[in-house]
Amino acid sequence: MLWQLFISCFRVGAFTIGGGYAMLPVMKNIFVNEKKWVSDEEFVDMISVIQIVPGAIAINASIYLGHKLSGIPGAIAAALGSALPSFLIILLIASSLAGWYQSPYVMNFFSGIRPAVVGLILVAGIKLGRDILQSKLALILTFIFGVFTLWLKIHPALLIILGALLGIVLGKGGKEI
Amino acid sequence: MILQLFLTFAQIGAFTFGGGYAMLPLIQREVIDKYHWLSNAEFLDIIATAEMTPGPISINTATFVGYKMAGFWGSVVATLGIILPSFAAITLLTVVLNKLQDNKDAQNGLKGMRPAVTAMIITAALSLAPQSIVRPADVIIFLAAVILSWQQWLDPILILLLSGVLGIVIGLF
Repeated sequence: MLWQLFISCFRVGAFTIGGGYAMLPVMKNIFVNEKKWVSDEEFVDMISVIQIVPGAIAINASIYLGHKLSGIPGAIAAALGSALPSFLIILLIASSLAGWYQSPYVMNFFSGIRPAVVGLILVAGIKLGRDILQSKLALILTFIFGVFTLWLKIHPALLIILGALLGIVLGKGGKEI
Repeated sequence: MILQLFLTFAQIGAFTFGGGYAMLPLIQREVIDKYHWLSNAEFLDIIATAEMTPGPISINTATFVGYKMAGFWGSVVATLGIILPSFAAITLLTVVLNKLQDNKDAQNGLKGMRPAVTAMIITAALSLAPQSIVRPADVIIFLAAVILSWQQWLDPILILLLSGVLGIVIGLF
């Protein structure tokens, strides 16, 4: 199990290109669809709660899932697995005098990947939303929160806390999101 | 030096909420302004490299600075330093969440978070789009990625690899 976790997180780490959310589609595919280690709901709840602790999203997500699946040893295996690819690549870049990573082939490779990353994140977001948001209220809130992030640039941690408070307050009033 | 690298990156790791780009001002203050471990130009190079290579920008910066200042072990220590706070925070969080498992308020709170996080994921894609989808060929790669992953015809990793290869092919013309 630990080895499986390590390898799975290594694959996620190796394909997190272009910021934290880029790992979402890859991670969801491995952890939810392929290995069936967590459900859609658990996956989204994981993404929510890791926003309120410090650190990189990809690393936090790996540690959280590792911990959930095999306790502290799982968390260690997952953290090392997800950090190792970028560690090795940067070590290679920092220690090699030849700027191979600036070669046009490498650059073109990454400029090809970037539009695909946008598409993958978009699909992952829409599919997760479709599967876990059951009420009309949830959909309306998603839209409002989207406006908040896109135009008002509200900090992710604040948005998550706002959502949680809203959920609790509405729950007290007998209405569930 | 080794200890200072560890502590500095642990501090950066402990005080950045909201992912990689939130870390940049803090890294700048500690690593450039305070300790002069990097010049501004080197920092910009690292950001550019981090954007092109896999992995979180924080890990990339920690590894690079650690290596530059103290070789291999420097990079190990700096990288572990930046991971450690996440590790501690998430372990704590898991304990708290397990305790709250049957709490009605906590359950409603989690449900309230779901629309927020869904919105964040979708807007993350939308805000990446302008700088990622530039050329007409990018539009085609984007649409192909959307269709292939929506229909689950291809594994996301394969979609990324194929797009990269396509990027190289497009670059030849």
